[in-house]
Amino acid sequence: MMNKAYRFIKARDLVMRGVFIFCAVFSIVALGCICAFLFANGLPFIGRVGLGNFFGSEWHLDSEAYGILSMIAASLYVTALSTVIGITIGLFTAVSLFKFCPENAVAPIRQMINLLAGIPSVIYGLFGLIIIVPFLRDYISPNGFGYGILAASLVLSVMVLPTIVSVSFDALNAVPKSYYEGALALGATSEQSVFKVMLPAAKSGILAAVVLAIGRAIGETMAVIMVLGNSPVMPKGLFQSVRTMTSNIALGATELSGDAATALVSTGVVLFAFTLLLNISFSLLKEQGGGKREKKRP
Amino acid sequence: MRKNAHKRQILKFAFFKYISRGALLISLAALSSVVIFILLRGIPYINMHLIFGDFTSKNPSIKPALIGTFYLILISVGIAAPVGIGSAIFLTEYTNSKSRLIRIVRVATETLAGIPSIVYGLFGYLIFVVALGLGYSLIGGGVTLSIMILPVIVRSTEENLLAVPASLREGSFALGSSKVRTIFSVILPCAASGIVTSLILAVGRVISESAVLILTIGMVVDRAPDNLISPGTSLALDVYYFGSHGYPEQAAATAVVLLVLVMAINITATVLGKIFGKGELANG
Repeated sequence: MMNKAYRFIKARDLVMRGVFIFCAVFSIVALGCICAFLFANGLPFIGRVGLGNFFGSEWHLDSEAYGILSMIAASLYVTALSTVIGITIGLFTAVSLFKFCPENAVAPIRQMINLLAGIPSVIYGLFGLIIIVPFLRDYISPNGFGYGILAASLVLSVMVLPTIVSVSFDALNAVPKSYYEGALALGATSEQSVFKVMLPAAKSGILAAVVLAIGRAIGETMAVIMVLGNSPVMPKGLFQSVRTMTSNIALGATELSGDAATALVSTGVVLFAFTLLLNISFSLLKEQGGGKREKKRP
Repeated sequence: MRKNAHKRQILKFAFFKYISRGALLISLAALSSVVIFILLRGIPYINMHLIFGDFTSKNPSIKPALIGTFYLILISVGIAAPVGIGSAIFLTEYTNSKSRLIRIVRVATETLAGIPSIVYGLFGYLIFVVALGLGYSLIGGGVTLSIMILPVIVRSTEENLLAVPASLREGSFALGSSKVRTIFSVILPCAASGIVTSLILAVGRVISESAVLILTIGMVVDRAPDNLISPGTSLALDVYYFGSHGYPEQAAATAVVLLVLVMAINITATVLGKIFGKGELANG
């Protein structure tokens, strides 16, 4: 009798172990499926129309020109500009939260920033569409056109701010306090020790914030599609209708079919390759940073 | 001379301090102006018709979107919650963390977390719309979303499981419980509050997402979905649709509804997390 119950428990343990393994393997399978479906559909198309065509600068569906170079360029411009703006403001914000702001204000501000991090990207897009684009059009733009790279970069830089602030704040907090105190003891002012000692020591965490911000900016769709204007032309200025890789996919999604739809999948493959590269460099950075910190610890 | 240089150094860094305070103000102003402007523009246009009325091209409503969003939450969290929790249990309770399988699962989860949502959308499009021939459907969008929120659930559940003290596990084993019984009657109840919090945050992600859905559920804004395989829309998609198809007032009003929902969800999660005192939240 006892034996039977014991065997039942044993069997149940085995079965549940299998179930848990299945759940864990699910992510691997999902990732494999994503890669397989994207590459199997996208790569043959690139091969068929030719690299020269696909990475050319002409996107005319009627004449079968599927060049996405202009979109790659626009994606890179928008990503670079928004990351630079976001990092500059976000990093200084994190520093200020870390040392130069009343101590009892830190927790509420962090909470608020975390909360604002949850704002859906489409709301940022709408904000850009009804506030930033008209503002740029009326007051800043030299050619009376509000849409374009600057509008998208401004929207995105606000959007990535919460990520940058919290990641670099955490990085600063992870630096041993003794570094700060040591610098003070050597005669540095509080500001000097923050900017010359703490910031360099938090370097790897801050780099992680940069990579995360780049990842979010390059992959963002809805916020940029509403403020870019979306013409598939080479970007030549800040106020000009251009199209990124992501907005190309989203725009064509509901309308195109056949070869044109496959061209979107191939655009997705290029985007996916970019983010995979970023991910790999991110995990390398993390390993390197972790190793360094380990060594530094007394 | 040297004294002067020293003074300049100090002044330079003191100047940096004011710059960083300024940056803090700019950040807060920028982020809150997003909220404030959306509220100001949208609140005047919220009315009963917009939320509960029937859709006409003159007077659009978001009722189809509310229904669609509800279905999407059910499907995606319904799939991702059990799989994600199971996965986290395997990662924490069955480890020696050096095993190769565990490492591959970790890498896969992290990679999934870094994929842009539009790429998930393409994947959902290729599988559900093209390969399975379902056309645009809520079920396709929901399943695609479930893969997208899986990493979020796995990671936060893992943290909550790790926070359960080892002594509880050992005590349970010492009393003669099997592994499965320990997991279900000791560890999961201990971590339950944190896990619930992370599920609420996952719901927030689902509500906010739109790029996945534009490729999988078809953005049919004018009628409510009949069942799970009919195309539909969601709140976030409605904001985009209204904004880019000449209904700016309705877009702002819908954005207010969406914003209030997301904020309510995130605040609930934060408060719950505080009450149960289980560690860090909302750090992505």
